[in-house]
Amino acid sequence: MGNLSVRNLEAWYGAQKALFGITAEIPEKQITAIIGPSGCGKSTFIRCLNRMHDTLPGAKVSGDILLDGKSIYDQHPVYLRKTVGMVFQKPNPFPSMSIYENVVAGLRLNGERHKEKLRAAAEKSLRMAALWDEVHDRLNYSGVSLSGGQQQRLCIARALAVEPSVLLMDEPASALDPIATQRIEELVSALKKDYTIVIVTHNMQQAARIADLTAFFLNGELVELGPTSEIFTKPKDKRTEDYITGRFG
Amino acid sequence: MDARRNLLNALMMGIFSLAAVIAVVPLFAVLGYVLKNGLTSLNWAFFTELPGMMGVGGGMANAIIGTLIVVLLASLIGIPIGILAAIYLSEYDRSSWFSTLVRFTSDVLTGIPSIIVGIVVYAAIVVRTKHFSAFSGGVALAIIMIPSVIRATEEMLKLVPHTIREAGDALGIPKWRIILNIVLPTAAKGILTGALLAVARISGETAPLLFTALGNLYYAHSLNEPIATLPLNIYFYAISPYDQWHKQAWAAALVLVFIVIVLNVVARLAFRSRLRKN
Repeated sequence: MGNLSVRNLEAWYGAQKALFGITAEIPEKQITAIIGPSGCGKSTFIRCLNRMHDTLPGAKVSGDILLDGKSIYDQHPVYLRKTVGMVFQKPNPFPSMSIYENVVAGLRLNGERHKEKLRAAAEKSLRMAALWDEVHDRLNYSGVSLSGGQQQRLCIARALAVEPSVLLMDEPASALDPIATQRIEELVSALKKDYTIVIVTHNMQQAARIADLTAFFLNGELVELGPTSEIFTKPKDKRTEDYITGRFG
Repeated sequence: MDARRNLLNALMMGIFSLAAVIAVVPLFAVLGYVLKNGLTSLNWAFFTELPGMMGVGGGMANAIIGTLIVVLLASLIGIPIGILAAIYLSEYDRSSWFSTLVRFTSDVLTGIPSIIVGIVVYAAIVVRTKHFSAFSGGVALAIIMIPSVIRATEEMLKLVPHTIREAGDALGIPKWRIILNIVLPTAAKGILTGALLAVARISGETAPLLFTALGNLYYAHSLNEPIATLPLNIYFYAISPYDQWHKQAWAAALVLVFIVIVLNVVARLAFRSRLRKN
């Protein structure tokens, strides 16, 4: 579960076109990294995958995205997002909620009331996010009382709690220090046995360290998508090579 | 050079400090004066007895309860409408002609003298029902508080970071749930402060009550009867020729101030964050 197939995807903000004819296969239970210079459409692309883009006022898309063979546009976005979770650049725990309430927010606010189930889901998600040991004795503390890196893992746990099959990550470590970043990377690598992960990153070393596949975006186009080792050692496109070797971007 | 800089620095600080002192002097003067005159006139009877005959003893038990009833009624009508309207403006419709109209209207309404609201409610309710009533007083005060609740709530909702709403969206939480369970609690403190300011403001309103709640020498037994309130009593007693009533007006003023302060403290305690930070 969690195969994404993107077919000729185009996206606009108002009159401005942000993505041009993207076609890509994102395989299940692998990490696909999206790299490219600022403004190349990386974020727009992954925001299309859970329909956070086309639900913005004035934004639109054309083309199709299939999740396990079914178009994501045939579902209500609210339901799609339970299958396709997302973690943002800046940690954004809900400030009015405790650590525990943050983790189970997605379940509880979708109607799950069973206390035992919520407890179990919270522990499972926090363990998967490698945060359980640090917070299990203060689950009722405020979510924003944690450090930045812990907050981000809390957000990952929160996303995992609704049991998605795909996890989208929009530069999840770019606001964190190197040690917290390393923990997030380890976590992402561990999560791929259960989830399809699409991660946008500014950091090419990060893509090289953790991704199975890497996609290079430039000016709203997908220039190249392939196994990470190939993209970084023998890219097929001149533009990819220029970017990787630091000639621009 | 340094000496001049230090001097200028001290001078500027002096000016600011002086302005701050001038700003609090009237405040403390009012509070002090009310306290001094009110305390000497307060006694147990003031809280337990009905008004006495012209110029002699008695208390304001009915007006104290009346104020609480009318303000509560106004809050029950005004705060929910104000908050819900603000949610509409902030979460559902930030920029259409309709939301612009609502914002403009509520801004204008904020600036309208309260006596005008009173006369409108008089025409709309009192004249039609053919009697003065606690209900019409509550409606008048509610109309006065709605625009300020709308504005305060909308500002507070706008301060909730967009990323919080996005996080809710990304979890597949329905929009109404995001608003009710995530956005509102995040802004709760500020919304509460705005609502309390509105409550404090209407607690002291007199003019709109003159021809709606009217006043009453006895307890009102239903919302359909005229009702006594502290501001009305302060007004009637202060312009009376009796020394004893002047004293009672001071006592009423003190009690009114006290009620507003207690309301503030209680509401703040009730909405204190229950989460530990560290």
